[in-house]
Amino acid sequence: MSTTSDVPAVRPGPPPDGPPPAAPDLALHLLRLGDDALVLGQRLCQWITRAPTVDEDLALSNIALDLIGHARALLARAGRLDGTGRTEDDLAYTRPERRFTNALLTELPNGDFATTVARQLAYSHYAVLYYEALAHCADPELAAFGARARKEVAFHRLHADRWTVTLGRGTEESARRMRHALERVWPYTGELFEEDEVLRRLAASGTVPSPAPLREAWLHRVTGVVTGAGLTVPTPTWTARGGRSGLHTEEFGPLIAELQSVRRQFPGGTW
Amino acid sequence: MSGPVPARRCAEEVRERVEALPDPELPVIGLGDLGVVGSVAPGADGVLEVEITPTYLGCPAMPEITAAVRDVLAACGHPDGRVRQVLTPPWTTDRITPEGRRRLAAHGIAPPVSPAPAGPVPVEPVAVPCPHCGSRATRPHSPFGPARCQSMLWCTACREPFPHLTAL
Repeated sequence: MSTTSDVPAVRPGPPPDGPPPAAPDLALHLLRLGDDALVLGQRLCQWITRAPTVDEDLALSNIALDLIGHARALLARAGRLDGTGRTEDDLAYTRPERRFTNALLTELPNGDFATTVARQLAYSHYAVLYYEALAHCADPELAAFGARARKEVAFHRLHADRWTVTLGRGTEESARRMRHALERVWPYTGELFEEDEVLRRLAASGTVPSPAPLREAWLHRVTGVVTGAGLTVPTPTWTARGGRSGLHTEEFGPLIAELQSVRRQFPGGTW
Repeated sequence: MSGPVPARRCAEEVRERVEALPDPELPVIGLGDLGVVGSVAPGADGVLEVEITPTYLGCPAMPEITAAVRDVLAACGHPDGRVRQVLTPPWTTDRITPEGRRRLAAHGIAPPVSPAPAGPVPVEPVAVPCPHCGSRATRPHSPFGPARCQSMLWCTACREPFPHLTAL
């Protein structure tokens, strides 16, 4: 994750009297979006050499590559906005666990293949909706990011849709696993649409859209896929939260340790 | 005096050389034919800037492309020249030139079939002709191929698999 161009796509150029008032809020929001993409990408990488077929190995690693690409753009911008001057690498490799702000959904262990499909289904439908909204926001750099990223996540969404239906309408065992996977993952989906003070301020000022109003459309779309797979959308009795404020699941530490191990052993190393 | 300083060449000449650079992942096609080279012009401070639009946000070839463009800039007498990554307008397969499409097909990679639709991206492209035998009796094999921008298809006539540059 090193910067590949000399100059960022759009130089934000803070006005002479300091960064705009929305900058800290926007930096935090982009950090959250970037952490979602980075952590999910890192999780998916754990399928490499372990996927059911070589085609799935390629599919999941290609999706992971896209997500890490999204993370790079989002984290780089967050680091420029928050006034600390941290690069995407600094943010990915040097923050401790408690400083990561991803939704807990993205860090869930891969489980069996059905669990990964259920997590992809939930995330990719959310990401398509949110990036589409972002593509129309007032910030030219973020709008460009949204316009490009929504096409990439639409491809991931189709992958998840197809597998949901294949497993749901496959054998009794595959349907059982898919049903179990949806139940496992669903309590973690609410956090993607959570709206706090930061998001309320950003949405009110017209800086970026809030994901909260998209939840209904998301539910409608995933219900269509899950119903088509002969399954039902779970109605969880609880909602997981805490990821946005740095409170993570037990399985998160080892994931971040793996991500950061080389950088911590060889600070500043290049190859 | 150190070694000879390369003659300073104009932006148009730099553009020609940058466009001729091979794509690291698809060396059969030049960066110009791939449609990733934007403007080549002096920036506000008069330093020559080359704009590159990545095909995918996570394109792993960007560092190599950036280094190759910097080499061209240096060889053209612009050692301080810059490479700028631009996202607007986003790259689509429509930006591949007719010559680029011909070269891809000649090297066994089916060029993107349809212009990118506005709606959902189809996972299964319809009737992509086989780059080996020309048959349209092909069927999708996997939406994800050897590189991020390719999917795999299968020709039922000559029974060969082939990559297809996914229309996006």
